[in-house]
Amino acid sequence: MSDDLLIYPQRRYGMDHERYEWSMLQDREPVAWPDGKPLALWINISVQHFPLSGEKPRVAPPGALTMPYPDLRHYTLRDYGNRVGIYRLLRLMSEFDAQPSLAVSGALAEHYPQLLERLAATPYEWLGHGWNMLCMHAGEVDSDLEATWIQKTRVALERFTDQSLSGWLSPGRIQTANTPELLMSNGFSYHSDWVNDELPYLFNTERGSMNCLPSCLELDDVFVLTQNLHSEDSFAQQVIDAADLLIKEGGEQGGRLLSLNFHPWLVGQPHRIRTVREILEALLVERGEAIWHAPPGHIIRAAKP
Amino acid sequence: MSALEQRAELALYDYNPYENRPKIEWPNGARLAFWVAPNIEFYELNPPDNPFRKPWPHPYPAVPGYSIRDYGNRVGHQRQMAVLDKYGVRGSISLSAALCEHHPEIIALCAERDWEFFSHGIYNTRYTYGLTEDQEREMIEDAMATIESAVGLRPAGYLAPALSHSDHTIDLFAEAGGLYTCDLFHDDQPTWVKTRSGKPFVSIPYSLELNDTIAYVVQRMEPRRYGEIIRRAFDQLYEEGAESGTVMCIPTHNYQVSCPHRLRAFEEALEYITGHSEVWVTTGREIAEYALTHLKQQIGGDGDAAR
Repeated sequence: MSDDLLIYPQRRYGMDHERYEWSMLQDREPVAWPDGKPLALWINISVQHFPLSGEKPRVAPPGALTMPYPDLRHYTLRDYGNRVGIYRLLRLMSEFDAQPSLAVSGALAEHYPQLLERLAATPYEWLGHGWNMLCMHAGEVDSDLEATWIQKTRVALERFTDQSLSGWLSPGRIQTANTPELLMSNGFSYHSDWVNDELPYLFNTERGSMNCLPSCLELDDVFVLTQNLHSEDSFAQQVIDAADLLIKEGGEQGGRLLSLNFHPWLVGQPHRIRTVREILEALLVERGEAIWHAPPGHIIRAAKP
Repeated sequence: MSALEQRAELALYDYNPYENRPKIEWPNGARLAFWVAPNIEFYELNPPDNPFRKPWPHPYPAVPGYSIRDYGNRVGHQRQMAVLDKYGVRGSISLSAALCEHHPEIIALCAERDWEFFSHGIYNTRYTYGLTEDQEREMIEDAMATIESAVGLRPAGYLAPALSHSDHTIDLFAEAGGLYTCDLFHDDQPTWVKTRSGKPFVSIPYSLELNDTIAYVVQRMEPRRYGEIIRRAFDQLYEEGAESGTVMCIPTHNYQVSCPHRLRAFEEALEYITGHSEVWVTTGREIAEYALTHLKQQIGGDGDAAR
C-alpha cells in the first residue's frame, strides 16, 4: 500500500489550509452589539429557482429534483415557494417588522421579474445565491464557467435592486477551490458558505481578504424538517433553545449570533407557516430586549472581524 | 487477505452471559461507573484517497463536512467543557493526535482539568484500512508518542480512527503499551480481551447507541429525545448496578452536542446522572486500571490470557 497514507504534509500549528486563521470563539476580543444586546439575529430567506430540465450536478442541492424528466412533483413544489410561500413569509416579516435578508437565484430575473420587483420594493438586503439550483459551485466546475455564473447573477439581480450586492450564499453552502477568488473579482465582500463559526471572521483569498458570515446549517429549515425529519414544533423549540443559550452566553462572554435560514417552498406551506410565526414571536417579541435583529451587512460591520 | 484467511468469528473474548456473573464492586460502593468521552478530532481538508473508504462525500474542497467539524473545535469545545466542569465530569478525550500540533490551546485547557487523553489515531480522515501491519504499528506508535510528548503521559486507551480496524488493531495497541479498547460494543461491563501477547488488556464499554453523532446524524433524533434516551439508559444501568456494577459512557463530539440548540438536552442528562449518589464519575483509564487490578476474575481474565 502506498506510503501516502502515512505522510502528513499539513501537520503543523493552526489550520491545514490557508483560508483563515485558527482561533476559538471564546478566546477572541468580545464583540459588542448595539445597545449592549447579547445576541444578534440574522434571518435569511432563500428565494430559489429549480429548473425543470438540465444536467444534474455532481453535488445535489438540498431540495433538488429527483425524479426522471419531467419531475412535475418537485418542480411545482419548489415553484410553490415563488408563487405562494414567499408572499406568506413577506407578510409575516412585515407584520413583525423583521429585517430578513433575501438570497436570490439570479435566474429568477428572467423567469419571474414580477417577483423580483416585489422583493426590490422591500427594504431587505439581497445576497447573490447562484444562478439557479443546478449551478452548483462544487468540485471541478470550470473556473470560467463559474465566474460567469457569479457575474451574471450580480448583473441580473442589480437590474431590479438599487443595492450593490456585497453578500453571497452558494447553493448548498458548498464552494469550489476557486469560489472565494471569483467572488472577490466580482465585487462580493462576504460569503456565508463555511459553517465553522458563530461570528463573522476574515477569510483569505488570493485577491485579498473578505469576510465569512457563517450561515447556520444545523438550524436551517430544510436540514431540520426534511433531512432530520423533525416536527415543526421541535424545530421551533430548537431555535428557542439555541436563542436562550446564546443570549446567556452573550451576556457573560460577548456578543453571539443566531442565524436562521427559511425556504419559501418549505415553511411557506400552510401547515408550516405558523411555526415561523411562533419563532418570530419568541425571538422578536418575547426576547426582543436581548436580541439585536439586523441585516447581515450591519452585523458584519458591528462585529468588525 | 483472501476470504479463506478471514475469521468467521471474533476470538478476542469468551462468551459470557449477562446472568449469573460474579459481582463487580466499584470503589465506594458505587453501582455504576460513569464516564464521558468527548471526541476531539481533526479532519483534513485534503486527505489522500484511501482505496477502501472515501474521507468525504463531497469533492474537494468538502466545505460542508469540513467546516462543521472545524466548528466543533472553534466554537463547540469550550462550550461543552464548561458544562462538564459544572457537573464535575473530567472528560476522557478520544483524540486525533495531530490536534496536539494543530490546536495545542485545546490540549492545554483539557490538561489543566486533569482530563484523560486517549488515542484516536492521527487524523479522523486517515483510516486503518489499507495499511500493512508494519504501517499500522507505525501509525499507532506515532499517535501514542505524539500524545505522550504533548501531555506527559502515554495514552492507555484506543478508539481506532473513524472506527476503522484491521485484524491486528487490538493486538498492536496492547503491544504498544495500551490497557483498554473502546472499539467493542458487546457488553455493559468491562471484558478481559485476549490479545496475542497475553498482556493485561480490557474492553471498557463506550457506547455507539448513546454516541451523539449516531443519535443526531444516523438516528436523526430531536435534541430533547437524545436527552431522554440518555436518562433511560442510566435508569436501567443504575438499577442493574445494585446487583453488579455497570459502566455507562456518553461519547460526544464538540460539533454535535455543543450546538446551541442541543446543549441543553445534554446538560439536563448530566444533571440527572450526577444527581444520583451511587455513581462513580470517572474516566476510561481509571475504570480500566481498576478492572485490571481488582476485577480480573470478574471480567473473565482468569483463563487463558492470550489468544
